Amino acid sequence: MTKISLTVDGTQVSDDVEPRMLLVQYLREKLGKTGTVIGCDTSNCGACTVHLDGRSVKSCNVLAVQADGHEVTTIEGLAHDGDLHPVQEAFRECHGLQCGFCTPGMIMQSVDLLNDNPHPSEEEVRVGLEGNLCRCTGYHNIVKSVLYAAEHSSEKAGAQ
Amino acid sequence: MTATAERPAPEVGKDRRRKEDQRLITGRTHWTDNITLPGMLHLAMVRSPFAHAKIVSIDTAAAQAATNVVAVFTGKDLGEEQGVNANAWPITTEQVTPNHQPMPAERVAFAGEIVAVVVARTAAEARDAAELVDVEYDELPAALDLRESAEDKVLAHPELGTNKTAFWQLDSAAQGSGGDVEEAIAEARANGIVIEREFRQQRLIPAFMEPRSTVVDPTGEQITMWSATQIPHILRFLLAATTGVPESKIRVIAPDVGGGFGGKLQSTPEEWITWFVARRLGKPCKYTETRSESLVSAHHGRDQWQKLTLAATKEGRVTGLKVDLLADLGAYIGVVGGGVPVLGAWMFNAIYKFDAYQFNCTPVLTNKAWVDAYRGAGRPEATFGIERMMDELAVELGKDPLEVREMNWIKHDEFPFTTVAGMTYDSGNYEAATAKAKEMFGYDELRAEQRARREAGDPVQLGIGISTFTEMCGLAPSRVLGSLNYGAGGWEHATVRMLPTGKVEVITGASAHGQGHETAFSQIVADRLGVPFEDVEILHGDTQVSHKGLDTYGSRSLVVGGEALVLAADKVIERAKPLAAHLLEANVDDLEFSEGRFSVRGTDQGIGITDVALAAFASHNYPEGMEPGIDAEATYDPVNFSFPHGTHLCAMEIDTETGRATMRKYVCVDDIGNIINPLIVSGQVHGGLMQGIAQALFEEAVYDDAGTLVSGSFVDYLLPTAADTISFDIDHTTSPSTTNTLGTKGVGEAGTIASTPAVVNAVLDAIRQFGVEDILMPCTPERVWKAIHTSAPKGGETEGAAMPHFDESEPGQSSTEGAGA
Repeated sequence: MTKISLTVDGTQVSDDVEPRMLLVQYLREKLGKTGTVIGCDTSNCGACTVHLDGRSVKSCNVLAVQADGHEVTTIEGLAHDGDLHPVQEAFRECHGLQCGFCTPGMIMQSVDLLNDNPHPSEEEVRVGLEGNLCRCTGYHNIVKSVLYAAEHSSEKAGAQ
Repeated sequence: MTATAERPAPEVGKDRRRKEDQRLITGRTHWTDNITLPGMLHLAMVRSPFAHAKIVSIDTAAAQAATNVVAVFTGKDLGEEQGVNANAWPITTEQVTPNHQPMPAERVAFAGEIVAVVVARTAAEARDAAELVDVEYDELPAALDLRESAEDKVLAHPELGTNKTAFWQLDSAAQGSGGDVEEAIAEARANGIVIEREFRQQRLIPAFMEPRSTVVDPTGEQITMWSATQIPHILRFLLAATTGVPESKIRVIAPDVGGGFGGKLQSTPEEWITWFVARRLGKPCKYTETRSESLVSAHHGRDQWQKLTLAATKEGRVTGLKVDLLADLGAYIGVVGGGVPVLGAWMFNAIYKFDAYQFNCTPVLTNKAWVDAYRGAGRPEATFGIERMMDELAVELGKDPLEVREMNWIKHDEFPFTTVAGMTYDSGNYEAATAKAKEMFGYDELRAEQRARREAGDPVQLGIGISTFTEMCGLAPSRVLGSLNYGAGGWEHATVRMLPTGKVEVITGASAHGQGHETAFSQIVADRLGVPFEDVEILHGDTQVSHKGLDTYGSRSLVVGGEALVLAADKVIERAKPLAAHLLEANVDDLEFSEGRFSVRGTDQGIGITDVALAAFASHNYPEGMEPGIDAEATYDPVNFSFPHGTHLCAMEIDTETGRATMRKYVCVDDIGNIINPLIVSGQVHGGLMQGIAQALFEEAVYDDAGTLVSGSFVDYLLPTAADTISFDIDHTTSPSTTNTLGTKGVGEAGTIASTPAVVNAVLDAIRQFGVEDILMPCTPERVWKAIHTSAPKGGETEGAAMPHFDESEPGQSSTEGAGA
């Protein structure tokens, strides 16, 4: 067991974990952060995407011990004081989700994409979301959501 | 509460944002795998690496002794008590059906079948210990190739004596719905055109994003199962029927479910084993599959060989169609099983008027993962077959493929129309949908560009593909299902509960997993009862709340479940009426109900239905003889199937130097009758299109010659990403259904059914000029390139092998490496 201390969604947490424990397992099993989900075992689907120090990572590809001393933001920490993040709002507005399973990862990746590039073209959005799979939407309304978020609230979308 | 003077805009037709989204976009979700219960144990499965083998021995001692392992069970331990995974639709009374025990004790029939289960305090410990279970197998010859298996060369289940489960036929002459197909073909051979083709429907994997997960809690009086399923009600029935537990002691809950597409329309070995272990140990148990387990063991879709013979006059009027299908069912017959290809029987004739028709289907067992419903289920296969054939006919005639379709399709003034297959289509307008689609697409301009590129010898060639589809959905009239030997009805149930605070609880037997029922159903009920959209709560997916239902599949939730809501809401109004009259001191016959309010005709007197609900709750003052209460429930049995249709046009750019096929434009105009929520409909269409496009261009489940699924991870099974695809242009025409009150038609499967042939027709349209007559799916760059540049027929068959490793000295070269270790 290894002791780790980190900040998750603004809260300091500390635990003894097995060195092999993945960050996504730590979030779900130890912290009950079940908003972040596991969709595959080969890091293809991106459903488990979270932010590590403000950048998107697939949390199935990060060991919990690697997050020691760092700051993690999950889908559960994105809205502030009951106000949805502009990207969350955009996904609802544009019907960018159906079953919602890929959505946490898709939103976290989209936020990172817009942080990098606040005014992306459709092509840039599509390439930027290539690491996240969705089976329901055909991506049409996901792409629309990201473009909507960029257009309607680029100043807010850039903020964490 | 009093009704407002201004007439509110109806909810039906509004693009309401979804009620479901708030929890889903904030991570406040109830996926089955999220559930943790006190003392909960975790399961890990030991699976066969062989496609077909005798189980010689299983040594579980090392696993039993591992840290925090509570128990290890094999098929012998489970015995008869484990129940069976049943087939609900034996397509003939003589169907040959293998016994499907969730965990066999003697013999495995596909690679991935479960032979033991390890139960431990954590999932990781269970997984670790599963690696310690030592299974000795005696390998048997495996039936793998569909066509060879149909010849019974190797038997998937030796004790059955054959791989052929049944022969199912629809013959228009025999049933009196048309002429004799052999006569039509003979006549066409003499004086017309006969086109014979063989098409392959490759095996696909539904690949819902949420891996399947099951939690069983045996504590308390009812045993509760949470499962990532589309069918909680059917599951409950089947658990009771096959494990001997009284149905009244079983509660099944489908919480948030992350997609299904037919893939979660199943009773699975994993559910049954979790059920068994939890009951045996008396503790809550959870099993969540890995993605790789999902790909090898959850049921697959499609997998057919289609032999089609089309007879036509010299002018291009189709006089007959004969269909011979071989359908791969894999190792076991699932809930729908052979019923899936049989659903194609009424659809190969599609929107056309043929004189004669015959459909022959032989579902075949093989030693591969089972095959069952996948979005469209039987109808995409049929639509692909006929829409490819209509293009072939157009090529033969040298005519525009749309012109040939128009020559043969049912005209808008001919509805209702009884087809050569015996189905009565209620309404439709193929001319209108096609005209609109052509205009949106810029059909003539793109044809001109295509000619120009051809003439210029452009390395990037343009192809235009058409699919004018229809489908039958809204499963299904119960009597029809009964006549087809299906094991259940096709009705749906709803309850409307009027709460004293003015809120309305609606319970539906449909079980959503992404479709947006909570929103669309709220819209329907809000209009019907005249209450605010926000005041309606839709409850579903828990058999203790929704005691009666037949769940969600076959584009049935709105067209069947929605009608049950209408019936139940209307009953509430009828039940409230005497109480309203009593409170208003008026005669019942003088009351009228509109926009949530009972009023006395010719006066300004009235009372809102929510006030009546409060009065019913208090029950201080109600008419003598009236039962105090206005809640109501209803069961709706559809009178017919639903027949949405549409015209889909696809432009593909083919790089002749690399074989890469890039989608340039996709336009569809679907006629799905009246639309409840256009936003939700657009999502259904987009997602449906993508799954059909993915069949055309990307996906295939591939087995090697040992019967191992070599596309058994998301590295190898190619789902399209956002970067592989484009935005679509969609629109609608509206021919309301005449067989239900809302005038709706199903939309969940339409996009998938229509799009595959549109894409393949477009690819072929671009490369026929190079002598290519057909191409297999998926139309990968390699296959397209080979079709253009080599003599490989249809671009070459898929190699039944894993992609070669870069370094041959690395481990992992053999698909059964490590077996038995």
